[in-house]
Amino acid sequence: MKFEKRTPELRLKLEGWRSRLVLIAAIGGFTVLLGRAFYLQALDTSFLQAKGEARYTRVIELPASRGPVKDRNGQLLAVSTAVESIWAIPDELDDVDAAQLDRLAHALGIDAREIHQKIANKDRQFVFLKRQISPEQAAKVMALRVPGVFQQREFRRYYPAGEVMAHVVGFTSVEDNGQEGIELAAQKRLSGTAGVRKVIKDRKGRIVEDVEALRPPRDGDAVTLAIDQRLQFLAHRELKAAVDRFQAKGGSLVIVDAKSGEVLALVNQPDYNPNNRANVTGRQTRNRSVTDVYEPGSTLKPFTISAALDDHIVRPDTLIDTAPGKLTIGRATISDAHPHGTLSVAQVIAKSSNVGTAKIQLQMTPQRMGTVYESLGFGTAPQTGFPGEAKGLLRPWTRWRPIEMATMSYGHGIAVSLLQVARAYTVFTNEGMLLPLSLMRQDSHPIGKRIYSAATVEQVNRMMEMAVMPDGTAPQARVPGYRVAGKTGTAYKPENGGYNEHKYVSSFVGFGPVSDPRFIIAVMLDEPSTKHFGGDVGAPVFSSVMGAALRMMSVPPDAPGTLNVQAPRTGAEG
Amino acid sequence: MIRLNFLLLALVIACALGVITSQHQARKRFIEIESEQAAARKIAEEFTQLQLEQSTWATHQRVATIAANQLGMRLPDPSTTTILTLEARP
Repeated sequence: MKFEKRTPELRLKLEGWRSRLVLIAAIGGFTVLLGRAFYLQALDTSFLQAKGEARYTRVIELPASRGPVKDRNGQLLAVSTAVESIWAIPDELDDVDAAQLDRLAHALGIDAREIHQKIANKDRQFVFLKRQISPEQAAKVMALRVPGVFQQREFRRYYPAGEVMAHVVGFTSVEDNGQEGIELAAQKRLSGTAGVRKVIKDRKGRIVEDVEALRPPRDGDAVTLAIDQRLQFLAHRELKAAVDRFQAKGGSLVIVDAKSGEVLALVNQPDYNPNNRANVTGRQTRNRSVTDVYEPGSTLKPFTISAALDDHIVRPDTLIDTAPGKLTIGRATISDAHPHGTLSVAQVIAKSSNVGTAKIQLQMTPQRMGTVYESLGFGTAPQTGFPGEAKGLLRPWTRWRPIEMATMSYGHGIAVSLLQVARAYTVFTNEGMLLPLSLMRQDSHPIGKRIYSAATVEQVNRMMEMAVMPDGTAPQARVPGYRVAGKTGTAYKPENGGYNEHKYVSSFVGFGPVSDPRFIIAVMLDEPSTKHFGGDVGAPVFSSVMGAALRMMSVPPDAPGTLNVQAPRTGAEG
Repeated sequence: MIRLNFLLLALVIACALGVITSQHQARKRFIEIESEQAAARKIAEEFTQLQLEQSTWATHQRVATIAANQLGMRLPDPSTTTILTLEARP
């Protein structure tokens, strides 16, 4: 080395401690390394193992699907199927030429300009090009192999029964959360939980080994409703026809199982198609029979009469003087639609006399009637679990004045939902016991709460049967072959603190067959414009729905005299 | 002594190769089961889609419309209906 040659004396100057120092430093350094290696390999093994695993293990999400909604016979009302959402990273679409983008837009079924607009914002890392398309369409889109375009598996909710079930089932948002109806009410049971799983993937991206299932996916539970799709369809068809015929603003119809309190059908007009909600308004999505209250009118009269019979204030044949069809209480006057003269209590119901009912109601204390209304469920939500259930409006009886007491007897000055009225009528089909309502299918019959005595209810039922006779208020409610009973209601609509005497709510609530009730049907039409009496508007709807429902369920006729009945010949094989 | 060592070494290598083979086999099987499970999922999805399709075709509105308009069917009138009552056999 040149250095050595020029200055040979330098080598002599090197002292021994310097090389030893280097040696010690080197040994020290290696010791630290060995120590660290020993620590990592033997003492704290998890750190390196985790690092190693991270090179080949992947945590993947396992999607769970939302549970289906079924009717009481297992027919599908709402079901989730897999769809694909196409998304893109805007930055990566920079190099894609216009022709390619056009093809992409074509495959997605959207305008090319829409894509340009969506990917214009380069700051975003993620933009949906189109959500929820069919897997076949997605396959075509992905076949174009446009860089920066990806697909994502999602579930979309479909409603096969469409508008017929719309108000009951409701719908979900694009994120699969319930927004209305059962979808909202049973959100917890219906929604599934996505699972997470740790796996080893090979070079080609195939899963080669399960490391651990961190959380198994759990699909949502199925929900079985009390609704019977056939009855629901029937109710929907008849109600829609009635709303059209009477040019009403809206309407509702509820069918309740007379013995179990299950809601078998619940329809409203106007409705909407839950599969296509582009232009749906709140007017259409509102489940009127549950969330809206109205003044029920004369459909409440049987409750007053029943209480009076229970208290032995009147008997069915007690005579009430309703002449001259007017009654003045304080400064207010109540009146009958047609003046009647002297009527028996039974005729008060059959002919629907406001004056007669008010006179009977005024013989009872506010406390008595207030307690009856409260125990019938007026003023409290029916607790079917349906979202937005109306409580109705029942003012505390401690503050009732006589005029309010009188008007309430024929359903004015009190507001209820149609579902509440239908529920209250379960007392007439269960020997005086009030049943809880249920939207879910029940396997056993619930135990009712006694409101009236069985004897009273039998008498009142006979009065309500008279109401559908030729000289009652609702002969059009009759069903050939069956005994039915019910009560009409025609109420003015409250407006600006008073009543608008040109706007009506017409209703009919009844049940059948009387000998062994199967169904309670409550129908209400909002502002019918061609006719307005409950007997002309609600009763025909009741009759057609009740008749078809009884025949559909093969209920044996209990009034065969009104049909041509042919008994089997004697000795015939039966 | 040396011979024994070589024998053990050969055994160890053989075992190691065995482990590798069985691991490979296991992974191959696993890939198979994975693809079968994926196929099962796909079939299940198709099943829901078919169920959906079936219930869409079978909706009451559609059946009623076809029955009334194309087939000219109608509900029997109560006046033309005869009810047979069941009686206990003599």
